[in-house]
Amino acid sequence: MSKYTEEELEKELQNKEYEYGFYTDIESDTIPIGLSEDVIRIISAKKNEPQWMLDWRLQAYRTFIEMEEPEWANVTYEKPDLQAISYYSAPNSKPKYDSLDEVDPELLETFKKLGISLDEQKKLAGVAMDIVVDSVSVATTFKKTLGEKGIIFCPISEAIQEHPELVKKYLGTVIPQKDNYYAALNSAVFSDGSFCYIPKGVKCPMELSTYFRINEGGTGQFERTLVIADEGSYVSYLEGCTAPSRDENQLHAACVELIALDDAEIKYSTVQNWYPGNAEGKGGVFNFVTKRGLCEKNAKISWTQVETGSAVTWKYPSCVLKGDNSVGEFYSIAVTNNFQQADTGTKMIHLGKNTKSTIISKGISAGKSQNSYRGLVKINSRASNARNFSQCDSLLMGNECGAHTFPYIENSNSTSKIEHEATTSKIGEDQIFYCNQRGIDTEKAIALIVNGFSKEVLNKLPMEFAVEAQKLLEISLEGSVG
Amino acid sequence: MSFKDKILSSFIALENEVDTETYAHSLRNEALGNFEKLGVPQRKEEAYKYTSLKSVFNKDYSLFPKKDTAIEYSDIKRFLIHEIDAYRVIFVDGIYSSHLSQTTHDKFDVCLMSSALNNPKYNSVIETYYNKLASQDGLSSLNTAFAREGAYIHIGKNIAVEKPIEIVYFSTGNERALMTQPRNLVVVGENSQVQIIERHQSLSDNEVLTNAVTEIFAAQRAMVDYYKIQNDKLNASLLDHTSVDQRTSSEVRLHTFSFGGSLTRNNLNFYQNGEHCNSLLNGVTIIEGKQHVDHSTLVHHSQPNCESYQEYKQIFDDRAVGVFNGKVLVDKIAQKINAFQQNNNILVSDKATINAKPQLEIFADDVRCSHGCTIGQLDEEALFYMQSRGIGKKEARALLMFAFANSVLESVKIPEIKSRITKLIAKKLQVDIGFDL
Repeated sequence: MSKYTEEELEKELQNKEYEYGFYTDIESDTIPIGLSEDVIRIISAKKNEPQWMLDWRLQAYRTFIEMEEPEWANVTYEKPDLQAISYYSAPNSKPKYDSLDEVDPELLETFKKLGISLDEQKKLAGVAMDIVVDSVSVATTFKKTLGEKGIIFCPISEAIQEHPELVKKYLGTVIPQKDNYYAALNSAVFSDGSFCYIPKGVKCPMELSTYFRINEGGTGQFERTLVIADEGSYVSYLEGCTAPSRDENQLHAACVELIALDDAEIKYSTVQNWYPGNAEGKGGVFNFVTKRGLCEKNAKISWTQVETGSAVTWKYPSCVLKGDNSVGEFYSIAVTNNFQQADTGTKMIHLGKNTKSTIISKGISAGKSQNSYRGLVKINSRASNARNFSQCDSLLMGNECGAHTFPYIENSNSTSKIEHEATTSKIGEDQIFYCNQRGIDTEKAIALIVNGFSKEVLNKLPMEFAVEAQKLLEISLEGSVG
Repeated sequence: MSFKDKILSSFIALENEVDTETYAHSLRNEALGNFEKLGVPQRKEEAYKYTSLKSVFNKDYSLFPKKDTAIEYSDIKRFLIHEIDAYRVIFVDGIYSSHLSQTTHDKFDVCLMSSALNNPKYNSVIETYYNKLASQDGLSSLNTAFAREGAYIHIGKNIAVEKPIEIVYFSTGNERALMTQPRNLVVVGENSQVQIIERHQSLSDNEVLTNAVTEIFAAQRAMVDYYKIQNDKLNASLLDHTSVDQRTSSEVRLHTFSFGGSLTRNNLNFYQNGEHCNSLLNGVTIIEGKQHVDHSTLVHHSQPNCESYQEYKQIFDDRAVGVFNGKVLVDKIAQKINAFQQNNNILVSDKATINAKPQLEIFADDVRCSHGCTIGQLDEEALFYMQSRGIGKKEARALLMFAFANSVLESVKIPEIKSRITKLIAKKLQVDIGFDL
């Protein structure tokens, strides 16, 4: 029988370096560092944006400079110097490609290292990908198939040019420019991102996926994603990230807005595996993301996330259940190791009648990491028969890490039902003993238990993504996931 | 004049009245400075996010009650657990009432804080324990600056106090609006046991604000069983700050029954500073109208092998607002902790609100910590079942609500308190049944 013990696993976790650390040498078109109105004008000009877009950015910037960086989250980090960041960087090899052959071979090499070979993905998974390397899209596939259905899936900069009426109507409606410090910053300086529109009654035939990567040294990345599902439509959107290993902290402040109109359904899945810093807690990505969805009548928004990377994560994918009978879901696995810190959770705002929300959050902390769940369930007095179920479980590995739960529950409706449960525990010696007794060695037993612990969430991921999610969990908790 | 200014000028008046040479007085100046700095908590502070003290502090309170208000035993009998023999420490408008009280110095001390603070005989105890545990927030500091009176209970080693100790604060309302700062100190020695009942009661229709601080020290293997009965009139508000220090193998059980009062804030902090401690924090809240009850609990596990158990059952009607802010903190070295926290709420009306924030902060890995929080309604089918068997709707509802709260009552060890609370619940739910069906 293997003598692999939990202590060894811990040790291994501590020594585990970021496996996907590499740096691609692509020439970049980078503007000088710093943040000012001029920088915003340059970004806007580089993208040939119409005047209304520039005005919107400037309005956001003016609110932003009045704001202060929030400090309530249960994380400690050195605040990034926003003046030391370059707010725009685009790969040089323009214009866009029609086929893979034209793509910079070095870039293709990068994707191979990531194990997401485009050809393979195209053939096997049937996934259309809009690849963002340093903020600008360089490859869009399956556009034709989508086009036939009337689905618009393109970089947001393109959408601003070609579908201004849609962007104008919905941008900033779920996350207002002044929502919070980083959302305001994003609104002012966002370089690119994805835009997706599903017309009335259309069921998107494939999973839409975007790979965001941070590449150029010293550039922050500020994506803006806008997904609109028109009445009765359905879309499943996937987002996955890995980033090169790097020493200085990198800031990532994205905004994702989802709009599900009457009877529509949006499924948004994220796998995040940015560079978490090394074993001494040096470096790593700051992930300060604002994600929010708005549900109209009978609509449904489902957030699924697997968070394994980043030095500091600060992320609360939320649902505003505005329409009657709308449904919000949040499934999350957050794994922290070494010196990682995660403060993540969700907000479910029940405004409409018969609205339902489910929150399943699994936190696994190892090493010297801190993992917090912070969530809000708010039931408005008009939201009759609202229903919420929340479950937050934490698993601790080692005695130097911490697991925290900060659920806020605000209810002002007598017909609503709210249930909240949270547990914190470690892998029980009796559980391992039980497995050992039946001939399962300790390593496999731990794998089994962690797998079981996360299963509720992993099951919610689309098939195409589940493989990658498994892979990322493996990297973060190697030796424990079989 | 703002409340703060009033406090500062009143302090000068206080200094003329008290002995300024005592240890307690040396703490007063510092506490006043602390209050001056921190002030009354505002809603922007996380701990008071859901409870605004504005309406409580905008009245023109008198800080020094008129002396010698006489009330008779018959006036207050109904507010006491009079069925049982008990030591009684009774205060009227913040002043000790000797003819209503029954204190002792025989084997242990059940007496007054004022004598403990001023009599050199008690110096060593006061200097060891007084203000060592109370949190240093604005309101506690305000109490420390002005506190002169309260209950002083000191039980030595190996004593089981034979009957409960009842501490009751009455306010007569001879003042237009009165603010009192009661201060209790409970020190229980090794292997000793004590049961304490605390109550604050207004006898008039004038505004009363009570800002009470209680410090409880439980030595090794000590057992403290503490009951707080809060069924005050609607003109009275209570800000209660209770801190408990537990040593090895001690057990402290604290029940809070909140039925009355306009605004009630219970800050309850348990610090476990020894192994094998056991803490129990239970509460029942049944409020209606515009009442506001806020329970803010903290259990800090700083040593291994301890247990804590919290169960709060709350029912809200009309426009009542409830807040439950429970926190369990487990330090890195505190392994093998078993912490449980449960908060169940029923909203009877659409205008009622509950804000719950059950938090866990865990730094140790070998622990079992769980919390559960539910908000729901009475089961319509159960109601129908009872009605179809001839039980009136009101009674059926009351029965269900009583059953909901009953799990907390089961841990009450004094039968007279249990039956008194049962009656209070029946009265609160406006039914005439004994719930002993």
